[in-house]
Amino acid sequence: MDWPHTIVDREAWHQAAERLRSTEWSLLGLWGEPGVAHMAVMQAGQCALLSLACEENRFPSIGRLHAPAIRLERAMRDLYGLEAEGSPDARPWLRHESPYPFLPVEGESLHQIPVGPVHAGIIEPGHFRFTANGETIVRLEQRLGYVHKGIESLMAGASLEGAAKLACRVSGDSSVAFALAFAQAVESALGVEVPARAVWLRALAAELERLANHFGDIGAVCNDAAFALLHAHFGLLREHVLRAAGACFGHRLMMDGVIPGGLQRDLPADGERVLLELLALARKRFPELVEVYDDTASLKDRTVDAGILSPVLAQQFAAGGYVGRASGRKFDARRTPGYAPYDQLQFEIPVVQAGDVNARVWIRIQEVGQSLGILEQILRQLPSGPVCEPVARHAGEGLALVEGFRGDVLAWVRIGDDGRVERCHLRDPSWFQWPLLEAAIEGNIVADFPLCNKSFNCSYSGHDL
Amino acid sequence: MRRLLFKSLVQGPLTEAAPAADDAAVAQLAAQVTAEARKRLGRTLAIREVDAGSCNGCELEIHALSNVLYDLERFGLRFVASPRHADVLLVTGPVTANMRQALERTYAATPGPKWVVAVGDCARNGGIFAGSPACVGGVGKVLPVDLHIPGCPPDPTALLKGLLALLESSAGRSQA
Repeated sequence: MDWPHTIVDREAWHQAAERLRSTEWSLLGLWGEPGVAHMAVMQAGQCALLSLACEENRFPSIGRLHAPAIRLERAMRDLYGLEAEGSPDARPWLRHESPYPFLPVEGESLHQIPVGPVHAGIIEPGHFRFTANGETIVRLEQRLGYVHKGIESLMAGASLEGAAKLACRVSGDSSVAFALAFAQAVESALGVEVPARAVWLRALAAELERLANHFGDIGAVCNDAAFALLHAHFGLLREHVLRAAGACFGHRLMMDGVIPGGLQRDLPADGERVLLELLALARKRFPELVEVYDDTASLKDRTVDAGILSPVLAQQFAAGGYVGRASGRKFDARRTPGYAPYDQLQFEIPVVQAGDVNARVWIRIQEVGQSLGILEQILRQLPSGPVCEPVARHAGEGLALVEGFRGDVLAWVRIGDDGRVERCHLRDPSWFQWPLLEAAIEGNIVADFPLCNKSFNCSYSGHDL
Repeated sequence: MRRLLFKSLVQGPLTEAAPAADDAAVAQLAAQVTAEARKRLGRTLAIREVDAGSCNGCELEIHALSNVLYDLERFGLRFVASPRHADVLLVTGPVTANMRQALERTYAATPGPKWVVAVGDCARNGGIFAGSPACVGGVGKVLPVDLHIPGCPPDPTALLKGLLALLESSAGRSQA
């Protein structure tokens, strides 16, 4: 990906905040390293990187003008001691050493419901503080960071192989997306030309990952609306995808398959047959299940008009994935800025305006259809040849934006002269989706929270790093 | 909807039949868990899952245990919503510093006799996250671990095999 890297002064940094506030630019990421703040933005489909040297570890707050930056700035202070001057929220975020002051709530007949970090289901940990008036939620405040593993500190000094493995484990459900984003950033830093077959097989793995997650999550949303039948059927489809992924890439979640330079290994001899069978099965079963979803009034009764996210907020937060596309934001990193082989593939980017749970499910249903089409095209056009190119060891810096199932994953890496990672930042799409869940849930009843939450399905691990 | 329901009437169960010879691990578990679990705990083993810092890969595979192909409950194993209802804590992740206290509290809320199963490579010693100042480094640093199920993440069959091993090894233990 071509992207200009500009070293800016405080004034230019401040102007960037103004451009973000006016939504002329979109915020792709904001992160730190000792003494330096970095910001990735997108303007008219073009990515750019801005860096500011922080005198006395201070920089002008972006969050003061542009709310989506607030949590990122809190994380920068926790991880690197960088202070965002004028930030509207100076509380710690990823560090949990001191007692946490929740926002004050005032009003008549309000009560609070604290939930988590350990939840009732098999879910990642996080804390939700509901303030309710009767059944109605008047405010949700999230507290995250429970699964903060210090991934950026482990990345610093890691070998490229070690860092690629870490990237796969930033958020296990998006293993391919993170590995791909990291690999593309490294390849851009070192000027590696990835063999054509690897480029196509990477897209194949990425679309399988999208399918598996969409199947699993559509079913899980139905389950949270007490419709277990579809959960069972979609769970079966997901399992078929995982088994095909295991047969083709040696790992059900396809971890460690995508590496800088290409792929760990080629498809096995029967790989294409396994995939064609999977596609035939999905083409047959999926429409029947969608019909049930669409024709079941009791299910629609729960999903329509629940958890509405306004297009204005989706735009402001540059919400990626189905969260953004269900609220009118037509953005997909496979098209903008775009990367191979998607420029040679036919697919649509579904978008609707409604912004409710039903819209998010519906976008994912449409995306399943598009992914099936993409997989069929890939299998028809799969080039032959090697799947890995040796990676030279020298210094460089790279940025990449990849579309995971949840939305756009940003990767930035700086490699030292010894060929090891100096610094790496991986930004999960959840950073810009979690705050929107707080907004979308307002005015809904407490009992609808699991349903709304699942329709967002933000990553805790990807966010907590 | 009618078509789907009709199909399930004529199609028979989707749950994989207990195979006879080569791929017999799952079938073996079906027979043995029933016998062991009945003796020790009535007919069921209640499991409370705790994510103590995993990447969520382990959770995905633990979830898969409940799909129609593995159908965990036929073995007498089931997931419960509260540690107060649990016999087993199934713990994933390298145990982050931020989850340590919640994990200890969950353990304290679980009535005895209880077992702790550490799931996945990072639950053993921190795995790929070992050495991070943000991680305690393995479930064993915080709780007494009865069994470790390796894998990154372990697949559903490996998880089932591990839970059986727990039943066997706990057979001689006195009630806490």
